[in-house]
Formats: sequence, C-alpha cells, structure tokens
Amino acid sequence: MVYVVMAYLWGAILLYLLMGGADFGAGIIELFTSGNNKSKTRRTMYHAIGPIWEANHMWLIIAIVILFVGFPVIYTTMSVHLHIPLAIMLLGIIARGTAFAFRNYDAVVDNMQKVYNKIFVYSSFITPLFLGIIAGSAVSGKIDVHAANFADAYIFSWLNWFSVAVGFFTVSICGYLAAIFIIGETDTQDDRIRFIRKIKHMNIAAVITGNLVFMAAFFEGIPLFEWVFGNAVGRVAIIAALLSLIALWLLLFRGKSRVLRVLAGFQVTMILVTVTVRHYPNMIILKGGGYLSLLEYAGHEQTIYWLGMALLMGSVFILPALYYLLYSFNKKSI
Amino acid sequence: MDDFIAARSQMALSLGFHIIFSCIGMVMPFFMAVSHYYWLRMGRPVFKNVTKAWSKGVAIFFATGAVSGTVLSFELGLLWPEFMKHAGPIFGMPFSLEGTAFFIEAIALGFYLYGWDRFHPWFHWFTGVIVGVSGLLSGILVVAANSWMNSPSGFDFVNGQYLNIDPIKAMFNGAWFSQSLHMCIAAFAATGFAVAGVHAYMILKKKNVNFHSKAFKIAAAFATFAAVLQPLSGDISAKYVARTQPAKLAAMEAHFKTGSSAPLIIGGIPDVKNKKVDYAIRIPGLLSFLSFGDFTAEVKGLDSIPLADQPPVSITHYAFQTMVLLGIFMVLISLLYFTALIKKKSWLGSKWLLSLFVLAVPLGYMAIEAGWIVTEVGRQPWIIYGIMRTRDAVTPMPGIAYSFYLFTGVYLSLALIVIFLLDRQIRMVPELYDTDNKSKI
Repeated sequence: MVYVVMAYLWGAILLYLLMGGADFGAGIIELFTSGNNKSKTRRTMYHAIGPIWEANHMWLIIAIVILFVGFPVIYTTMSVHLHIPLAIMLLGIIARGTAFAFRNYDAVVDNMQKVYNKIFVYSSFITPLFLGIIAGSAVSGKIDVHAANFADAYIFSWLNWFSVAVGFFTVSICGYLAAIFIIGETDTQDDRIRFIRKIKHMNIAAVITGNLVFMAAFFEGIPLFEWVFGNAVGRVAIIAALLSLIALWLLLFRGKSRVLRVLAGFQVTMILVTVTVRHYPNMIILKGGGYLSLLEYAGHEQTIYWLGMALLMGSVFILPALYYLLYSFNKKSI
Repeated sequence: MDDFIAARSQMALSLGFHIIFSCIGMVMPFFMAVSHYYWLRMGRPVFKNVTKAWSKGVAIFFATGAVSGTVLSFELGLLWPEFMKHAGPIFGMPFSLEGTAFFIEAIALGFYLYGWDRFHPWFHWFTGVIVGVSGLLSGILVVAANSWMNSPSGFDFVNGQYLNIDPIKAMFNGAWFSQSLHMCIAAFAATGFAVAGVHAYMILKKKNVNFHSKAFKIAAAFATFAAVLQPLSGDISAKYVARTQPAKLAAMEAHFKTGSSAPLIIGGIPDVKNKKVDYAIRIPGLLSFLSFGDFTAEVKGLDSIPLADQPPVSITHYAFQTMVLLGIFMVLISLLYFTALIKKKSWLGSKWLLSLFVLAVPLGYMAIEAGWIVTEVGRQPWIIYGIMRTRDAVTPMPGIAYSFYLFTGVYLSLALIVIFLLDRQIRMVPELYDTDNKSKI
C-alpha cells in the first residue's frame, strides 16, 4: 500500500505542477505583457480557467496531506528547516487566491481592479518561485538538521544558488505551460501569433533558467549532471522531452491545440520523471549525505493502509467529476 | 513577544479567521440551494436573483476559506512540528477524507458558478447542493480531527512511544460527535443570523424590499431553527467534557473547589490567586445537574488538578460565559420570530423585530469564536490532552513573533477587504440582482 500512497503523492505533485503551474503561468504571462494586450490576455485566460480555478489548487492540499499523514518526519523536517520559504509561499497563496476571487466577483468594476491585478500578477510570480526553491532545497543537500546557528539552520537551507535557480526554472515552466494552454483559447490569427511569440519567450526562458540550474549545481557541488544522465531512465526521458519539444515547434502554427497541450505536458512530466527517478525512494537529501527516504520514514502500517484506501476511494469521486468539469467547459471552446 | 506565545497567537488568529469563512462557505450554499429550488419550482425571478447574489458571496467566502485552510495545513507543521510528527499518522484519517470532500466541493462550485444555462436546470441545482453537502462533510471531518486532541484515542502511549495506531478509532474518538454537532449547528445559526440581519437592515432602509424579504425569510428560517436546537447540543457537549476533561469544565465554570451539589456560577470575576469568584450569581446544585444529570453529583474543581495541568481560568470562564449569553440571546430572538410567524403576523414586518436581527449580525460569529476559545484554551497546557504539552510541540525556530506580526497584518487587511467587497455587493443589488425593479428579466 505504501507504493500506492507514493504514487498518489507523485501524481498530486505532477498534477499540481501541470494544472496549478499553468494557472500560475497565466499571472506570469500577464506580468510580462504590456499595455493593451494585458486585458486581452486576461480575458482569454480567465474565460478558460475560471471554472476549474479552485480545483487546480487542490492538488497541493492532497500532496501536503499525504505528506503529513503518511510521512510525518519528512513533513516536519521540511516545515522546520524550510519555514521561511514555506511562509513566503503561503503569503503568496493567500494574496493570489483572494486577489483572483476579488477581481472576478467584485460587484463594482473600478480602480480597485488595478490593485487586485497588481497583487495577482506579483503573487503569481512569487508563489511558484518559492515552490521551486522549496523543491530545489529538498534535494540540494543543504538542509542541516544539526546546524548550530540560526543562519545555517533556517536560511542557508534554502538560500543558495541551486535552490534559487530551480525556483526561476519553475517560474519559466509555469509561464510556458500557460502560453501553450492559452493558444487553444484564441479566436483570431493575430492573437494566435501573439501568443506563439509568448511561447517562444517562455521556452527560451526555460532553456536559460534550466542551464542556470546546471551551472548553479556545478557551483554548489551538486552532481546534477550525473543525476540526470547517469541512468538510462533519465537519458531516455530527456531525449523524449527534446523530441516532443521539436514536434511541438513543428506543429505550433497549424497543429491542434490539444496536441500541443499534450506535448507540453509530456515534457514537464519527463522533467519530473528525471529528477525523481534518480532519487527514488528518497525525498530529502540532508547535509552530509543523509537521506530521508519515503520507504524508510513511512508512517505506521495501519496509517498507510487507511491513507491509501482514502486516496483510492477519493479518486473514484474526484477523477470522473473533474474530468466532466474539464470536458463540459472545454467542448465549447475547442 | 515570547516565541511560544507568538506561535499560539498565530495559530489562534489563523483558526479564528478560517472558522468564520469556512462556516459561511459551508452554510450559505444551502440557503442558495433553497432559493434556487423556489426559482425552479415557482419560476419567480426574484428567487433566481437572490440565488445569484448569494452565489457571489459564496464564491468570495469559499476562495478566502480555501486559502486560509491551505495555510492552516502548512501552519500545523510550521508551528507545531513535534506535534505533527507523532499526531499526523494517528489523526490524519479525517484530513485524508476531508481532502476528497474539499476537492469535490471545489469541482461542484466550478459547475455551479459557471453552469447557469449550460446544463439541465436540475443538474445545475444539484451541483449547488453538492457544494453544501461536501462543505458540511469537510467541516465535520476537520472538527473530528480537532476533537481527537481533546479525547485522544486509537493508539497506546507506552514509554513515550505511540503504538498500535488505529486511524479509524482515532477518527471516531469520543468527542467527535458532540463537537461536530455543536459546530455544525453553530455554523447554521451564526451564518443564518448574519445573512438575515444584513437583509433585515436593507428592508428597514426600504431598499428593494421584495428581494430582501425573500432572502431574509430563507436565512431566518435556518438561523432560528438552528439557534433553538443549539442548547441541546451544548448540553451533550458539556456532559461529555464533564466526564472526560474535568479541568476544562472547572475552568469554564471557574469552579475552584471539588464538591457535591456544585453551584452554577454565572458571570463574576475569577480571582485565581485566592481561588474564588467575585460578584457572581450562584444557582445551587445546577452545575452538578447540568454535568451529570444529578443535583447532588460531585464536580471536580480546580483544586483536584495539579497547578501545572490547569488551563488559564479567567479566559476560559469569560469565553464560556460570553458564548452562553450570546446563545441565549439568539434563542430569544428565535422564539420571538416563531411567535410572530404563528400568532402575531403583525410583528413580522415590524421595526423592532427586524432591528433585533440587525443587532444579531455579528453575535453568532462572536459566540463561535468564544466557543473555540473555550475548547482550545480550556485544553491547555496540553496539545494532545494528557499526552503531549503544547510547549513541547512548538517549532525550534526562533523569531516566530515576526511571523505572527506579518500574518496578523495580512489577515486584518483581508478581513477589511472582504467587508468592503460585501458592502459593494449589497450596494449593487438594485442594479445587478433585483430585476423586478427594472422591468426587465
């Protein structure tokens, strides 16, 4: 059953990265769009995202519940040593969630909209940045459970080149996903061309920040190159991602938007596969080379059994309903 | 500010904030569904308008409740890592199920808010009902997790080790039913009175009277019915607390000396140093009766509990008295309203009755906050009653005070923005929602 629970944890993280990511990306694109196009971007985006908006962010809750019920030591180690980035991420989540609701449901449309928009776009940038920093820190080997002073225990656990680079990489992936997503929602050729330009920018940003991650890893003494290319699965996943990226570019101007979405989703999945396969079943790498393994630190047998049952039963309700929601609100726009 | 106190304050603030939003988020969908039902059955546009206006409110409160709930699921670990390390695997079951219920609620809300004219009308209505039902279920599950902290079960505590974990037994711990029942009814009463009061105010101002009267009637029905039921569930809760948490009961009542035929102490100022209560009204034997159903039963006082295990008496006592007083006030309004409905129709539109409802807008929430102070402060110094002390659970990270200041600022501004938004919603009723007055549908 522990494998079922782990699969759900992985799935929840992936779906949060894809769906939550595209959602964050919408704000990121808005942040980097100027003047007139801004409101157009906004309209196109929220026409599509509105109904599934709340659901996109439930994946984070599922992941965190799996962690604290099933793997409490891992959850508490992260909570203690990554307290600061987690708190900043939470502030980002509060700001973003409420700003989105306020701007959509405010009965009066006036200058307050500008305030909501500002809060929304900046928190759309900050939240995934810190999510990425947290993810990077988990594997960076900088978490020092025996640290003697405040800075080593609570600051340098996450404030290092590698974690920050992963943060920016996450931001560009979110932007990329959103740009691909929005292509399917455009009505005119003009819009389509404009958003293709956005895809180009976001793609370049992802490549640059991806390289930064490798450079930062080298700088920090993290054997990232070996992690990624040192095993067959990693090599295959990277090659598959590259091939699908080429296919995506070939299809960009005339391809069906659904195909584009699948290809982009596939690339992000492959990235997650690459980074998790090498560390399986470890979730956190500590300073000095220690590991917190999901298998070793799984909760009590009964706990895992019932957690697994709850997840399996939950999916029976959630997945068809979610599918129907996506289906119902998509059929009219494609 | 001491880090430990800061952590407790931040938790209290986050919970206190979240409770109000989640109550509204779980109760208002039912009001909405009733109004929607009338619209589908009778086809009178005013009900459709009320439904739409309320659904906007639900959307705002659900979004705010969802983010504040997300924050809490992280704060448990950020502030109380030692607690979560041991408790997570034991009391996690309701959280796992709550994840599902909450997810379903979010999906159903997506259907509901964006589904006007897109689906079969009754399917659309049904998704609204699902929002309410899954919201209520989430509430029950989360309270069940909290009640485990009051009546820990589903494990054996041997030499500091948590053995033989049984998550199902932990979920159905002794207090889950009484606490969940009390909370759910409270949510209906508080939200009912708040919503009814706002509409009563608009009726008094003679604005869109038809629209607001319909809305008032639905909300008032829920509010008054829940308010008169609440003392019964309160009695169940009190009897349970008397049996299992004598320290909490003693603090609630500022009952210092163990003895039979214990008096019920109403009001007064507890003098903890001299172990007495000044200026209080005492009703002989009533505490014994309310706790154990017997006027002569012995009720344990604070003197039977070691000083190190005693909760703060004054806060718990004042909070309890406040809750009861507000509860009684709401029962009285409810009884007047029932009288008006059955016997004195002329009272219904009267200024004084509507004014009473306006007065009651914040009272239900104040009672809920007071009740949670009783539960939480009354459990101190324990985080898991009798097993783990709150002080031993707090994060080792220093500087929590700054985090507390930051979150206080954020929550205060959010509260202000939400009030501002609601004010705008209500102001816009004539233009956006009340189509009867504009001769177009």
